Amino acid sequence: MVGVEAASVAKLYGSKPVLDDVNMTFEAGRLTTLLGPSGSGKTTLLRIIAGLIAPDGGRIRFGTEDVTDAPVWTRNIGMVFQSYALFPHMNVYQNVVFGLNRRGIRGSDAKREVLRALDMVHLSGFERRRPKELSGGQQQRVALARAIVTRPRVLLLDEPLSALDRRLRQSMQVELRQIQRDSGLTTILVTHDQEEALVLSDSVAILDRGRIVQQGRPSEVYERPRTPFAASFLGDANFFAGRVGPDGIETPSGLIRVEERLPALGSTATVAVRPEKMTIGPAGAVQHADNRIEATLQEIVYAGAVSTFILRTADGTEIKVLNQNADAPELSPGTVVEATWSRARTILLQT
Amino acid sequence: MTALARCFLLAVILFLYLPVFVMVAMAFNDSALYTLPLVPTLRWFEALASNEKLLAASRNSLVIAAATSVIATILGTMASLALSRRHFRGRSLLQILLLPPISIPWLITGTAMLVFFFWTGIGRGIHAMMIGHVALAIPYVVLIVGAGMQSVRVDLEEAAMSLGSTPFHAFVSVTLPLLAPSIAAAALFAFAVSLDQFVVSYFLSTPGVSTLPVEIYSSIRQGFTPEINAVSTIFLGASTLLILLFAQLSSLGGHRGRG
Repeated sequence: MVGVEAASVAKLYGSKPVLDDVNMTFEAGRLTTLLGPSGSGKTTLLRIIAGLIAPDGGRIRFGTEDVTDAPVWTRNIGMVFQSYALFPHMNVYQNVVFGLNRRGIRGSDAKREVLRALDMVHLSGFERRRPKELSGGQQQRVALARAIVTRPRVLLLDEPLSALDRRLRQSMQVELRQIQRDSGLTTILVTHDQEEALVLSDSVAILDRGRIVQQGRPSEVYERPRTPFAASFLGDANFFAGRVGPDGIETPSGLIRVEERLPALGSTATVAVRPEKMTIGPAGAVQHADNRIEATLQEIVYAGAVSTFILRTADGTEIKVLNQNADAPELSPGTVVEATWSRARTILLQT
Repeated sequence: MTALARCFLLAVILFLYLPVFVMVAMAFNDSALYTLPLVPTLRWFEALASNEKLLAASRNSLVIAAATSVIATILGTMASLALSRRHFRGRSLLQILLLPPISIPWLITGTAMLVFFFWTGIGRGIHAMMIGHVALAIPYVVLIVGAGMQSVRVDLEEAAMSLGSTPFHAFVSVTLPLLAPSIAAAALFAFAVSLDQFVVSYFLSTPGVSTLPVEIYSSIRQGFTPEINAVSTIFLGASTLLILLFAQLSSLGGHRGRG
């Protein structure tokens, strides 16, 4: 089991940089997610690690071995493509055994491995089916079995769940996590789905325009995003910008206190607050709160267990508050309400 | 479908097939002067068996068509693969240059080939006709195989390579099997292009060595015999079979592409 390291990796398409000096370590045996919008370079980075694209600069290492110049077929990787890329002229068994045969494993040894892998993805008995006779979820699992059956050094997943419907995607997330833990494979997952990134990953790296803006455990990145981009791409956030005063940040919506050390007095600063960290109530209902902002309730979006409250402050800032419906106060749109939250829940961003 | 449209369709089909039908009927008619009623006979087919000139021309036609089919399919498939998978300088120019031969009148192509072959010392004869037919068939092969390539996604080869295949093994084990129906269809088409070819063959044949269409043309000029109906009927049957096979393979290719 080896980790993967990308050192100063750069890639240009024409004169446009797609990846710009990316340095990143993918821990051995862990699942690391590359999260970013389309065009952020996440798929390009994955394909460079796979060996399907050559970088214009930098090195790729598997453990201590430099594989930058090694062609893809010698890297001993497993890859699941967004389209699954199952071989349409082969049945499930032939698809899964393909990589074993390439490694010289044939006959009963190969058969045992294939059956084990198919069992792992709950597709025992599907050996003779053709890919087109399978549902999307089943095809996805065949692709996964085909990628892991060879016990690759690195498992690469390129948006593997994006073609599935929501319900199936959620159950596959759980399964994928289980399989990754059981197999102990160093796994790199590319996705633009924040929920997928939070649920599946040991570590999340957020990419923006060819750079890694933040990497860490999902809870770390979610609770302490460093930039407005990271805060808004992973999860939802309310932003307040203002001038640094002696007690906190003086924003047009009011004074906001933070726990972290304040930047230089008089400089500008931006803070982010997650919608679920705020509590909504009638104005003046909460006695003690580090931060409170008065606003007019615009809209309530009811979603069963939770409701989202859209507020607008006097200066026009829109605020989203997400509260459980268990003990929600009766509020009606058009009334003046108050959003309160603690200073510990206030994230000071780098700008 | 309205009655009018049905009548119209029937008229078009009659227009297309009536001359052919008459020819086939006359191949089995006893009268050499096309008189009715039809008296069925096989004597024109028997006469054909002893017509050395027509038989030799038929043999030439089949040999040239088979060779054209093999050579044009190999060269055309390779060109098509290069055009769809490799990125190199001048690729789009080459892609454009491959198509005009289809639209250049055969008379002009034939004249150009005659002049060129004469000038280079290649001369005329079976080998010259083969070269000419291969040149005519290649653009069709490139088109047909190129269309088939569209349905074989690049990520299939990438998947094979991620599993340990060299590019060559990925091509042989994944791309080629998926492309097989298109290649077979292209081979049949190249065969048909060669078999039907008259103008270029006429220019490149010598008095002793010609193909069936050329031979038929010269015998008509000398006086028509119903043996020509007989040989035409045989080739008509063969061509129809080829076209049906082609249609079968084309639909098979599309079917596989979707899977």
